[in-house]
Amino acid sequence: MMGHEVLEQEFKLAEELGKVRDEIHIKVEELSVYYRKRLAISNINIEFLKNKITAIIGPSGCGKSTLLRSINRMNDLIPDAIVKGRVYLDGVNIYDKSVDPVAVRAVVGMVFQKPNPFPMSIYDNVAFGVKINGLTRNREELDRMVEDALRKAALWDEVKDRLDAHAYELSGGQQQRLCIARALAINPKVLLLDEPTMSLDPVSTAKIEELLYKLKSELTIIIVTHNMLQAARVSDYTAVMMPNEKMVGTLIEYGPTKEVFTNPRDKRTEAYISGKVG
Amino acid sequence: MPVVYSLGLFIAILFIVSLLIYIVATGSHRLSWSLLTNFPSSNPREAGMLPAIYGTLWTVGLSTLMSFPLGIATAIYLNEYSGMEKLRSFLQINLNSLAGVPSVIFGVVGLGFLSYTLGLGRSILVGAILLAFLTLPLVTVSALEALKAVPDDLRFGGYALGATRWEVIKSIVLPRALPMMLTGSILAISRAMGEAAPILVISGLLFIREVPASPLDRFTVMPLLLYNWISRPQLEFRELASAGIIVLLLMLILLNAVAIYLRYRLSRRR
Repeated sequence: MMGHEVLEQEFKLAEELGKVRDEIHIKVEELSVYYRKRLAISNINIEFLKNKITAIIGPSGCGKSTLLRSINRMNDLIPDAIVKGRVYLDGVNIYDKSVDPVAVRAVVGMVFQKPNPFPMSIYDNVAFGVKINGLTRNREELDRMVEDALRKAALWDEVKDRLDAHAYELSGGQQQRLCIARALAINPKVLLLDEPTMSLDPVSTAKIEELLYKLKSELTIIIVTHNMLQAARVSDYTAVMMPNEKMVGTLIEYGPTKEVFTNPRDKRTEAYISGKVG
Repeated sequence: MPVVYSLGLFIAILFIVSLLIYIVATGSHRLSWSLLTNFPSSNPREAGMLPAIYGTLWTVGLSTLMSFPLGIATAIYLNEYSGMEKLRSFLQINLNSLAGVPSVIFGVVGLGFLSYTLGLGRSILVGAILLAFLTLPLVTVSALEALKAVPDDLRFGGYALGATRWEVIKSIVLPRALPMMLTGSILAISRAMGEAAPILVISGLLFIREVPASPLDRFTVMPLLLYNWISRPQLEFRELASAGIIVLLLMLILLNAVAIYLRYRLSRRR
């Protein structure tokens, strides 16, 4: 009996230590985004932890992608989008006037819903970011970085003999891994994924999920997904967003994935997860 | 309804084919190298179109050098830069009206402003500038369509890697849009080659005995020479005109073939 209690104590201690070690990487404060003066998401406060995978789930139109795009300032590219609030990356507010959005995007990579390789060779796709960010001028170094990125994206073995082939010759799943490799090539600190497996078959999807799991030791990963099973499979933390009565996206729940799925605090989360909403 | 459509197409093709048959039938026996290498003459047996061929190549070539970069730059500005939607649609409406201005008006303005006020004379340069303005809307609109056909996904993909707007345009958007831009531009060049009215105002119906040597020389172009020949009373000159039309058509076909080849090459390039 005694032994059991001691063990319990040990577990708790370990858990506490784990909590202390978890470092906040991105802190979103009072974030609201307007599209053409229409409020899309309102007053979002959330902290994303370093080297964890956080899933953002919720029904269509709840503002998941909007929140994601606020983290690398992609909303700036949408005409008439207004972003209010603060997003701290390693303690720096990326919406500060002194911050160049282009520089933010070199540190926070992004993968999109539909694979969007550039119309060029496999090699050039991966080398593109390295070149424009001036990471190397040395050809051998560039070769090495391209290989490295393709290996990390678990694509190297499939393409090593045809790096000069056009990217469009790859299958959809391979194209999406190429897009991940492209993002990884410039060594980002954060990787944002906006429903990356939406257009892919289950095998390709499984490959990408496995890949994300391996990558989290190097990166902070935030993934928007429609697929709740996917969120449960890959993520450490889960944020649930829901449109309110005025169709404005709000954050209703955030916590460790296991807790959110098994013991949600908000009734709407429970309804959504059990398939009654959305 | 399909019957009506195909009937319309049939009538149009019939019309073009009968014109072609007529021209080939009346002109083919007058085709010869001397037609290309001789100077115009009052003797139809000796008359050739060398200065007109030179004039056409000069004016169309120079006008392309002006309209192509200008048109593509305009399209890039309109599609990629101008943030204000109202300004963009205003400029686009103006562009379309420019395309609708009768070409002879361009000639009159060119003669008054470029030839006399600026003192450029009735030169190749003035002709080229006119043709450039005449084809600019065509080049711009086709370049604009080509840019619009580039999916935004690709642009976002570039931005997400920390690319600046210009890097995205230069490395991703333009390579993708170029083949389509080229096709539109070649169509514009084809139109410039066939224009007679504005050039007529500038150069007059000139009997040129020399090959133009510089952009400031006086000149004539193929459509004008053909116009001249057709309006003469002798049958031989009219046959000569048909032969000249065949030459002009062959040049246009060649140009289009080059465009198709370039588009094929560029769209396969990595």
